Amino acid sequence: MVNMEKIRLNDKRNIVIAVTGLNAIDSPGPGVAVIRAIRECADFEARIIGLSYEALEPGIYMHNMVDKTYRLPYPSAGIGPLLDRLRDIQKKENIDLVIPNFDAELFNFIKIAPQLKNMGIHTFLPDLDQFEARHKMELHEFGKKHNLFVPADRLIYQVSELSKAAEELQYPLVVKGKFYDATIAYTSEQAQKAFHQLKSKWGLPIIAQEFINGTEINVAALGNGEGDTVSVVPMRKLYITDKGKAWAGITIDDSSYIELARKFIKATKWRGGCELEIMQTKEGKPYMMEVNPRFPAWIYLTAAAGQNQPASLVKMAMGEKIEPFTTYEVGKIFIRYSWDLITDVSEFQIISGTGEL
Amino acid sequence: MKLKKNIATSEAGFIFNPGTGDSYSSNPVGSEILSHLKEDIDRNEIIDLICTKYDVDKTHFEKDFDDFISQLTDNNLLDG
Repeated sequence: MVNMEKIRLNDKRNIVIAVTGLNAIDSPGPGVAVIRAIRECADFEARIIGLSYEALEPGIYMHNMVDKTYRLPYPSAGIGPLLDRLRDIQKKENIDLVIPNFDAELFNFIKIAPQLKNMGIHTFLPDLDQFEARHKMELHEFGKKHNLFVPADRLIYQVSELSKAAEELQYPLVVKGKFYDATIAYTSEQAQKAFHQLKSKWGLPIIAQEFINGTEINVAALGNGEGDTVSVVPMRKLYITDKGKAWAGITIDDSSYIELARKFIKATKWRGGCELEIMQTKEGKPYMMEVNPRFPAWIYLTAAAGQNQPASLVKMAMGEKIEPFTTYEVGKIFIRYSWDLITDVSEFQIISGTGEL
Repeated sequence: MKLKKNIATSEAGFIFNPGTGDSYSSNPVGSEILSHLKEDIDRNEIIDLICTKYDVDKTHFEKDFDDFISQLTDNNLLDG
C-alpha cells in the first residue's frame, strides 16, 4: 500500500473524495452536482475519484470535475465484490472519504462502513435502522410514529393485489418502484402496466400510494448524526418533467418546511444528506411523500444559495464540527439544461476495457 | 389595505412571493398601485391618487381596481 502523506499546501488540507452518481440519463444523478459544490469550497483541496457503474456516465469524461474514475460492480453483486474493488482502488488512491449518491447502493455502503473505516475511508451515512425506517415501504408507519402527514400506501407483491389497493386508495393512484420511478395511474390498466414495468426494473415490492394534489416542494437537509440540523434549503419545483423530476426550481422562504426537516432529523438523528419530497395541499398540509437518503440531483442549488451541503458533509466526515447555517438566499433559481459532452472512442475504450480512466 | 411585508416588487411590475416561489407581473398602473399598497394607503385614497394623475373615469377605474385587489387576495399577497 502506498503511504501518502497529507501535504498541507497554503494551509489547505488535501482530501481525496470518491463520489458515485455520475450518470445523466433521463435525469442526472447527484454526483456531478456534489462534486461541483465540493470544488467550490475554498477551505480544502479535493482530489475527486469518480466511481461509476456504466461506461457512458458523463461525469467520467468531465476531467475538470473528476480526476480519475474507477468502475464498480453493480450493487446487486453484493458487499463482497464492492469491498474487494474498493480495497484495490484504495491501494492506488488513498481515499479519505466516499460519498455514495444512489439509493440502490446505499445499503451496501452502510453495511461496509466499518471495513471502509479500517481501510482509511470515512463515510458520513445514516445507520441501517435509520436508513430502513424512512424507506418508501415503511414511510407510512414512520409518519404515524412522528406525527407527520404521510399518504396512505399498500405494498404490492402481485398484480392481482392492485385492484384492492385501488379500491381503498382510489384513482388516481401513484404506483412507485422500490428505489426509483413513479407513475400516476388513472385506470387499472395503467396501474398494471406500471406494476410490470417497475417490477422488471427494480424488483418487488411495488408501492401503491394515495394521490395527493398540491404544490411540490423538495427540501435538501443535512444532519450531523446527533439530532441537529446543520443545513436546510427548501425548493419549489418550477418545471416538472414527465418523470416528475425538477427541471427548474427556486429556493423559498417558508419556515414550516424547515421545521419539518428539523423534526425529521431530530427524530431520526439522521447522519448525512437527505431530501424530503413534500406535497403541500391547498389546505396547507405538508405531506411527506418520500425521504431520499442522499443528496438530490439539484444539491448544487444549496451551495448557490449560501449553504454548501456537500462541502459541509466533507468537513463533518473529516471530524470538523460545523455550526448550523442560519440563512440562505431566497429566490435562487436553478434551470437544468442538456449539454453534449464530446469525448473520443479512445477514452470510452479505456474505461470499458480496463475499468479505469 | 397592505401588501404583505415579504412580497418583493420591482418598478417594472414584477411581483415575487418568496414564501411560495410564485411570481407575477403587472402593468405600470398595477405597479403604481402596488407601491401605494406597500405604504398601507386605503382604497379610496389610492383611487383618488390614480384618478387625479390619469385621465380615467372614476367609476370605471373603481371596478378595475377592485378586480386587481381580488386577484392579489386570491393569490394571498395582501395582509389580513
